[in-house]
Amino acid sequence: MEASCAIKMENITKRFGKVIANHAIDLELREGEILSLLGENGSGKTTLMNMLAGIYYPDEGQIYVHGKPVTIASPKDAFDNHIGMIHQHFKLVDVFTATENIVLGLEGEGKLDLKKAGERVAEICQRYGFDIHPDQKIYDMSVSQKQTVEIIKVLYRGADILILDEPTAVLTPQETDKLFQIMRNMKADGKSLIIITHKLHEVLEVSDRVAVLRKGEYIGDVLTKDADQQSLTDMMVGRSVTLDIDRPLPVDPKPRLEIRNLTVYDELGVKRLDDVSFTANSGEILGIAGVAGSGQKELLESIAGLYPISNGSITFHDPASGQDKNLVGLDPMDIKRAGVAMAFVPEDRLGMGLVGSMGMTGNMMLRSWRDGKGLFVNRKKPEQLANDIWKELEVVTPSTAFPVRRMSGGNVQKVLVGREIAQDPAVLMTAYAVRGLDINTSYTIYNLLTREKMKGIAVIYVGEDLDVLLELCDRLVVLCGGQVSGVVDARTITKEEVGLLMTQHRKEGGAHA
Amino acid sequence: MRKPTAAHEPLIRMAKRGEALPAWQSWGIRILAFLLSLVVSGIVIVAISGLNPTTVFATMAQGAIGTNKRMWVTIRDAMTLLCIAVGLAPAFKMRFWNIGAEGQILVGAIASAACMIYLNTLPPVLLILVMIVSSLIAGGIWGLFPGLFKARWNTNETLFTLMMNYIAIQLTSFFVAKWENPFGSNSVGIINSQTKAGWLPNLLSSGYNGDYGWNVIIVLIVTVVMYLYMTKSKHGYEIAVIGDSENTARYAGIRVNRAYVRTIVLSGAICGLAGFVAVSGASHSISTDTAGGRGFTAIIVAWLAQFNSVVMVIFSFLLVFLQKGAQAIASSYNLNQEVSEMITGIILFFLLGSEFFVNYTVHFRGKKVSKA
Repeated sequence: MEASCAIKMENITKRFGKVIANHAIDLELREGEILSLLGENGSGKTTLMNMLAGIYYPDEGQIYVHGKPVTIASPKDAFDNHIGMIHQHFKLVDVFTATENIVLGLEGEGKLDLKKAGERVAEICQRYGFDIHPDQKIYDMSVSQKQTVEIIKVLYRGADILILDEPTAVLTPQETDKLFQIMRNMKADGKSLIIITHKLHEVLEVSDRVAVLRKGEYIGDVLTKDADQQSLTDMMVGRSVTLDIDRPLPVDPKPRLEIRNLTVYDELGVKRLDDVSFTANSGEILGIAGVAGSGQKELLESIAGLYPISNGSITFHDPASGQDKNLVGLDPMDIKRAGVAMAFVPEDRLGMGLVGSMGMTGNMMLRSWRDGKGLFVNRKKPEQLANDIWKELEVVTPSTAFPVRRMSGGNVQKVLVGREIAQDPAVLMTAYAVRGLDINTSYTIYNLLTREKMKGIAVIYVGEDLDVLLELCDRLVVLCGGQVSGVVDARTITKEEVGLLMTQHRKEGGAHA
Repeated sequence: MRKPTAAHEPLIRMAKRGEALPAWQSWGIRILAFLLSLVVSGIVIVAISGLNPTTVFATMAQGAIGTNKRMWVTIRDAMTLLCIAVGLAPAFKMRFWNIGAEGQILVGAIASAACMIYLNTLPPVLLILVMIVSSLIAGGIWGLFPGLFKARWNTNETLFTLMMNYIAIQLTSFFVAKWENPFGSNSVGIINSQTKAGWLPNLLSSGYNGDYGWNVIIVLIVTVVMYLYMTKSKHGYEIAVIGDSENTARYAGIRVNRAYVRTIVLSGAICGLAGFVAVSGASHSISTDTAGGRGFTAIIVAWLAQFNSVVMVIFSFLLVFLQKGAQAIASSYNLNQEVSEMITGIILFFLLGSEFFVNYTVHFRGKKVSKA
């Protein structure tokens, strides 16, 4: 029995202080299978896999590779055991070629023979169907190609057990399909694979078996052919959850925010937004779709007065006075003073939306610190607001003074979204509002956004999960390389069509050096 | 067959604590580290001098607070150090690395001394007020330059403030030469030694140089006001937000550059005030040693206290106590001054090192499962 397991983890426990990240976990990866490791965020998937990759060391328990007990105390030990992990964040040198990145850090005898290495890389590409040229520079590559280089890197080092940590998070549907084909090729070649994900349809599509973690505990495993979305969700959450998003029709939509010919450049002079035009209406959720880095961040920050605008106009139609207000050239304080109630949930929660070292009250003050006369800040109202959000959104924290940096991702997001909604905005912008959140919290956020929409607020939702974008939003703006490649009705368009729009202009727009 | 432990677990592993320790535990660790540092310094003393460590420590205490006069000198020096640390706190809290306190102290001291020399006919109270204001302005200007350059061109404030120190030292040399008294001595001597104009008087009795009560009052007022400024005011809130994340500050509508300039000017001004306290309340003279490295020592005080100006009182006293005690050992046992520096070094090493144990836990091989 043990001989047929590529990896067997026995009774693995890992603690961080008082927090138990993994508790007495037994996990098996059989030879030549694709195993999905499924679980909500914070359930301990990545921690468990990091112990195989030599990044963490287990407090208790034993790991067997091909039936033999081993110690994995460093990434080198992992490679010696032919285990390779592809992390969420790529670790590549931009100015190097694929081959140079792949051999980087390898110890070898004598002189480095790049030509021979390049031949081996080409041979691996051939074998599994990667479309990478060994001499291509990283900065010329798309996200999916960079990911491929990471995969070749571990194959080159002789890995026969591969761990992929949420590999599809940054890919378009077409690229995802390609990755899955490559995974199947590797499986056919006798490799064993673990894929970490929380997207259920991917689990069902690619894997042979599913192992589920919940709150650091091993819940069990099922063969993929015996599972469906509902049964997996129930295992993952621990109770039955409805997976439908309620999408009422917009009531009396009127233009609220008009963007015309918006063009911005970053610090290095690279064009980030190119002639972007669209209108956000009141009472609807406008989704922004696009591959990561297509200009979503720059777009929202331009509207919020945080990004220098070189060309174009942003006009706010004030529903109260009926006046039009120009927002170009204003900073956030100017925008507030002009009477534009704008709420913004930025992508970088702790780096832009919140102050990590402060508690909930201190963070509520970010929006109200200037209110009131005199030199001193008013803490009463923010304290009250913090208490309201604490109760209403069920934030898990010991007190309103507890630093938000120490809270879990979901709770951090509740604090941020709660504060922004409490401003009673006319425009609500959110960037990746549910990234890293568990299913329950995600649905809480979807419902909050829909509630705001029904209040007549113009909601702008930048998302990465196409399924959610198509279920939640009323209209979609698709960005590609800083350009708008389509404004479409989210109720009628298909996922594949959006996927195509996401990559349409990439040749002209995305390939800047 | 289950194997409880791995084949070769690493001997020592470190892990970040999952959550912060309660206050009594983290302070317990720090106090323990302090006691441990005394033990280690004791061992070092025995090893190199053969003296009984308890008598050495007694000599230290004797040297620092043994007589009324020594006690006041220790208090005086602690207050000057505290004033500088309080001045540094807002800049450091904002992650603006002001290592130019030395220069800011010196220009404050020059301004005070200039008032004493040129305005010595003013009524005493007015003269002191003028000195206070001019030292604040001088220090503030010394902070204004790096602040403006940082805000406008994003220059590196560490280098900028550091280089401003050298300018201030040269400036001091210039004024020392200009105010030389008596001629040829290459020092300014005691300014207004007859009239005592511009000297801070005694608080508890009449006359001068008996106690340093006014130093204490001035510095404690600054400390308390700074505490309120940092914890309760809008400016203090801005500083805290900028220190955590500049992007968050911009997001919240804080005018970051304006806050930079304002805060560094404030920081420099209070360091300038420390120059006034050093001249008017202590030496009644000026030289390039007036700052005497305290602008750097104060950085340690500010960090150890985590920029809480009330906690800084404790650390200022601790550092000055150590310094005075160490000087006493050096003179009474004929030891080299370096020995005292070593003891201070050992104690600071333990105090700073204890922060590691506050934030991390250490696991030893097989400790958890050794019973199995």
